[in-house]
Amino acid sequence: MAGHTEEKDVITGRTTTGHEWDGIKELNTPLPRWWLNVFYACILWSIAYYVVYPAWPGITSYTKGMFGYSSRAEVAVEIDALKAKRAAAAADLGKVELAAIKADPKLLNLALAQGKAAFGDNCAPCHGIGGAGSKGYPNLNDDDWLWGGTLEDIHTTLKHGVRSTNDDNTRISAMPAFGRDGILKKEEVRSVANYVATLSGGQAEAGFDKAAGAKIFADNCASCHGEQGKGNKDVGAPNLTDAITLYGNKLDDIVETVTNSRAGLMPAWAHRLDPVTVKSLAVYVHSLGGGK
Amino acid sequence: MSIPATTRSMSANEVAWSIAAAALAVFSVYVASQATDSGYAFHAYVFAIAGIAAVIAIGKRAVANVVVDPPQEIDSKPNYNMGPVKFSTIAAMFWGVAGFLVGLIIALQLAWPALNFDLPWIQFGRLRPLHTSAVIFAFGGNVLLATSFYVVQRTSQARLAGDLSPWFVVLGYNLFIVIAGTGYLLGITQGKEYAEPEWYADLWLTIVWVAYLLVFLATIWKRKEPHIYVANWFYLAFILTIAVLHLGNNSTIPVSIFSPKSYIVWSGVQDAMFQWWYGHNAVGFFLTAGFLAIMYYFVPKRANRPVYSYRLSIVHFWALIFLYIWAGPHHLHYTALPDWAQTLGMTFSIMLWMPSWGGMINGLMTLSGAWDKLRTDPVLRMLVVSVAFYGMSTFEGPMMSIKAVNSLSHYTDWTVGHVHSGALGWVGFVSFGAIYCLVPWLWNKKGLWSDKLVNWHFWIATLGIVLYISAMWVAGIMQGLMWRAYTALGFLEYSFIETVEAMHPFYAIRALGGGMFVVGSLIMAYNIYMTIRSGEAAEPAATAQPAMAPAE
Repeated sequence: MAGHTEEKDVITGRTTTGHEWDGIKELNTPLPRWWLNVFYACILWSIAYYVVYPAWPGITSYTKGMFGYSSRAEVAVEIDALKAKRAAAAADLGKVELAAIKADPKLLNLALAQGKAAFGDNCAPCHGIGGAGSKGYPNLNDDDWLWGGTLEDIHTTLKHGVRSTNDDNTRISAMPAFGRDGILKKEEVRSVANYVATLSGGQAEAGFDKAAGAKIFADNCASCHGEQGKGNKDVGAPNLTDAITLYGNKLDDIVETVTNSRAGLMPAWAHRLDPVTVKSLAVYVHSLGGGK
Repeated sequence: MSIPATTRSMSANEVAWSIAAAALAVFSVYVASQATDSGYAFHAYVFAIAGIAAVIAIGKRAVANVVVDPPQEIDSKPNYNMGPVKFSTIAAMFWGVAGFLVGLIIALQLAWPALNFDLPWIQFGRLRPLHTSAVIFAFGGNVLLATSFYVVQRTSQARLAGDLSPWFVVLGYNLFIVIAGTGYLLGITQGKEYAEPEWYADLWLTIVWVAYLLVFLATIWKRKEPHIYVANWFYLAFILTIAVLHLGNNSTIPVSIFSPKSYIVWSGVQDAMFQWWYGHNAVGFFLTAGFLAIMYYFVPKRANRPVYSYRLSIVHFWALIFLYIWAGPHHLHYTALPDWAQTLGMTFSIMLWMPSWGGMINGLMTLSGAWDKLRTDPVLRMLVVSVAFYGMSTFEGPMMSIKAVNSLSHYTDWTVGHVHSGALGWVGFVSFGAIYCLVPWLWNKKGLWSDKLVNWHFWIATLGIVLYISAMWVAGIMQGLMWRAYTALGFLEYSFIETVEAMHPFYAIRALGGGMFVVGSLIMAYNIYMTIRSGEAAEPAATAQPAMAPAE
């Protein structure tokens, strides 16, 4: 470095420090007053905060602050307040029958509000926000119900789930895997699948022997789905004659269903949600469009 | 220099490096043969290839008669070693474009999830750390390596210490990047944000980082200047603290040397605290201290003005590095972390506000008397706007650390917006400015190939950033408000999935902003390429600049 010479910067009127690195010099400007003041203010504010709130750790404890604030206690109070608020309103919901909820506009309003909130967080991931469902997840807006569409039916399904492993009263039915388990031969599966396709007005493959298909259906399927294929809600057997299907009504979909069977699952919500919430969910789902 | 035409023998230094590299290669092949995981075996082979390549490169150096210990000075002027600087500059440009592009891909995936095409390697979960590591550590890291090696030489008037060591630092660091990045795609991760690489990559980085520290310190040690320039304080704080953070947050025990998997020694909330002590100071010391060092050299240099205040630089430096290190707990507000730690994290963040702004003041006020240059010099404009973004995000950060604000902002996209105003606006722009300055200096060009393209880069990228951060502000605040909205009857107003749906348009706008930033970086890459290839040569070297670089 070429000497230690302070210079005067013409533009700012400040002197330099006299240092120079690769042509870079520094001015001797003092700290901006406002900057220093705000810095001090932030420090003072922090010290004040330490007086009020828990702050500094010691060996076995910490400074608790003036009011013994605790974020956990705070959240517990908030949750309790919310619970109390909901419980007060829900008390009536819990007491009355499902049908009575429907009849009382005030209770109905409350149940729908609670049901909608619970539906969004618990049901929407499978059934969709609007309950429109998708492949394997029933549409809740139509009037086609696997296990019944009355308030009580829906309530039971919600409480105990479908094929839920942790509920003894769960809705359960097991369609055999006709193809995989060797109950029907491959061509028999194809034949009956063709027959099922025609039940809902679908096209069968060319050369399909309807009488043979009908016989296989009568021998193997009718016990649950009924002779006409109209289904049976007691065993959760779907109606095969309408256009609504859970896993698709293309021939390949039906062949897959008959071959390997399907067994969708729904949790038993009584184990996860409180009884009032489940009740509200039943009212909400019932209201979605197809309630009976 | 008279160099004999015959091949010289290898120096003791070269022999030692060769033995070390060969040993690494042999050991890696052995590990690969026993590896429990195919991705890990692949990494072992990468290390083996790197070791062999190093032996070959050192051998070729001897064959080509590259001078072993180049003179420290030529004609009483420092004989700077710019080879590693050039390498890192180009690497930074490459990783930058790659990292921004991956960011764009995941932004598009967030808006349109089908774009992951159900391929495991390009799922959001793997590409996200690839993006963050590529932009922070690959792009940012190479910018820091390049500029620190440049600045420490120029401001110390001394040649970079070591002969092969600087090359080991830049090449070894980039090897780490390759191992880390390919690991994410193969599913190798320790699942710690910004510290995803597994134990063996961490170990390698530790070795490289110690070498970096030694090269940097030794260069400062032999400086010709009586004082150490402020930029070098910031670089040193960055290098030292990153070493401490890296060791603290990666204290893991590998399952076996043949397995990529390891377990951290910290548990529960202590592990979380270590993670965010690390995570926050990766921002503080990597992305702030390191890049402030860049600002302190390139802004006064480009503006050709003295630094505004020496005193401010001292006070804000010490205040910044003392306060930053305690601010980590603000990432864990309202969690299992004890209240007292949350209080400290928040108050230290508030106290950090002015020390952070000290850098902004010093950067902006250095322009006194040179503001008119912003009209004509788009590179200086980029540097100045970066300092403005720095000021904005270092105000936003302390504000978001206040618990009441944090209870709204935490876990929302507001955080993502905040990070990107710092990352794109501050780190990105100050790096672009520095590279635009460096390239003509390093390759002895009169100037950039096209100033007009810099202008285009500036405006497209600035507009992109504005779109990006405003979309994230709106999305984040909306998301936070939707999460906490209750109906009059005391039920949550919105389900989570509804909040996701509501953010879709803003995700699309964010992707557009990110896309513009990528376009800007491509324009830059082209301009840099053309400058190196066909830029007009500078007047015959005012500073002696013999080509000392080994083959790149």
